[in-house]
Amino acid sequence: MPAREGWMMSDIALEADGLAKSFGDVVALDGLSFAASPGAVLGLLGPNGSGKTTSVSILSTALRPDGGRATVRGLDVVRDAAQVRRVIGFAGQFAAVDANLTGRENLALIGRLSRLGRAQARARATELLDGFGLGEAADRLVRTYSGGMRRRLDLAAALLHRPPVLFLDEPTTGLDLESRRGLWEAVRELSRSGTTVLLTTQYLEEADALADEIVILAGGRIAGTGTPAQLKAKFGAVVFALGFSREAAAQDAQAALASAGHEPSRAGLRLEVRSAAGSGALAGVLRALDGRAPDPVSVAVREPTLDDVFLSLTAGGRAGSAA
Amino acid sequence: MSERAGAAAPGRGFTAFSDTLDVAWRNLLTLVRTPQALVFAVIQPVIFVLLFRYAFGGAIRVPGPDYVDFLMPGIFAQTVAFGAIATAVGLSADLRTGLLVRFRTLPMARIAVLGGRTVADLARNLLVITVMTGIGFAAGFRSPHGAGAVLAALGLVVAFGYALSWGFAALGLRVSDPEAAQAAGVPVVFVLVFTSAAFVPSTSMPGWLQAFGTHQPVNALVSAERALILGGPAAHDVLISLAWSAGLLLVFTLVATRSYARMGR
Repeated sequence: MPAREGWMMSDIALEADGLAKSFGDVVALDGLSFAASPGAVLGLLGPNGSGKTTSVSILSTALRPDGGRATVRGLDVVRDAAQVRRVIGFAGQFAAVDANLTGRENLALIGRLSRLGRAQARARATELLDGFGLGEAADRLVRTYSGGMRRRLDLAAALLHRPPVLFLDEPTTGLDLESRRGLWEAVRELSRSGTTVLLTTQYLEEADALADEIVILAGGRIAGTGTPAQLKAKFGAVVFALGFSREAAAQDAQAALASAGHEPSRAGLRLEVRSAAGSGALAGVLRALDGRAPDPVSVAVREPTLDDVFLSLTAGGRAGSAA
Repeated sequence: MSERAGAAAPGRGFTAFSDTLDVAWRNLLTLVRTPQALVFAVIQPVIFVLLFRYAFGGAIRVPGPDYVDFLMPGIFAQTVAFGAIATAVGLSADLRTGLLVRFRTLPMARIAVLGGRTVADLARNLLVITVMTGIGFAAGFRSPHGAGAVLAALGLVVAFGYALSWGFAALGLRVSDPEAAQAAGVPVVFVLVFTSAAFVPSTSMPGWLQAFGTHQPVNALVSAERALILGGPAAHDVLISLAWSAGLLLVFTLVATRSYARMGR
């Protein structure tokens, strides 16, 4: 890629190393480390308040860390902030565009402030407006745009100077399905063309669809990392929840399932069995009980959710309060 | 093609200048396209001129000049003082929409965010004051010392308005809510304007109020304007007003740029 010319640093496009940040008494980041290689899509996945936005804000130079360091293409985000800003694009949680300007005026302004010349800013604006399906609406005031159109314009604004590293903070929160799919396609396209993307999301599905590598955050710390395939193999199991009327029956069932090769977990009258083979495995689970334990009084099948991942990953200190 | 700025890249000074103008232009476009803001900025001062001239003016006795000549310097000061609140409102609105966070991640001159806002408000003040002067003229406003004296007085007005804008820029960065910015700004300006001699002579106020009212920047501005427009020895009053404006500008730019830098802490 021409944009990478002259970049002789290690094979890491961005890196966080022990980042710490507090707001008053609230610890937002508690020693966070991750890295992304050039052209990769790194997904930060976590619930509200887990430190996603704080991480992205620090990497994109909008916020200073209290401790640790972060680099973008080898440039320190605090010491070399001015240089970092030349190689990054940033689209925040809210479409940060001016409602009283037209789409074209917004892009021309951000383009100029991104150090493109006047003519180049205008040309890039037209190119991106067409590319994001906003050509027809280009000269309308943004206050007449739909939420999806604003987000696309916001993303376009982040791409004006062709940044090799792109930060997207919850880019699809609040978007309808069609807009979300469109944005996903845009991110994939950017990644294919060599852009490194750091993306935050609350949606497991989104991280799965886009990210090469996922970092799961909880309480400002890393709760788990892996490729989507690794995480799914680990946490993507269907859960069968079996309820029993007596504790003894539940214990018998637990023993029967264990001897049949399952790994049941029990909480009082309730048994949970995980299966990576999908909900069809329920028949096998019930067969394992047949004749060895009383029939369950209730059976529920639960597809995997992000909650399961968090519960699994943050088990221990938090498991009690989460139950 | 390299993305890096080459030898032909403009210097930092030029960047700060052109970024400031770009941001200022954006703020002016926004103003023009927000009718309620424009009405508040332009129509309201005009109404004040007409109201005080024709509705209240007959009942207010001032020593010496026609009330309209006494009034106009006061209304100019009132207009830029209240207008400065718009600086806080605009910045806090940009804070709320996330635009300021975007600006922080752009390779733009940092000063341009505040500079562009205050320069736009300066341009708005120039427009408003021009309109008001025209209305005032139609309502009988004249200076025995001619247009030069009026222009000098207006220069003081604009300088004070610009200095005050920076104070409200600092305020706007601290509240991410335009309504809160407005609510915080109005009482301060209210006290400064209405304890000054903008509309009535200070001599009619009780002593304690007079002591405060005559030693604050809005009053200094009004006194200097009147000295220029109505005549009399003006140099002393003009210097005091200029000193207020310069001092406030210095303090407020420091506070505001510091607030902006601290937003990322």
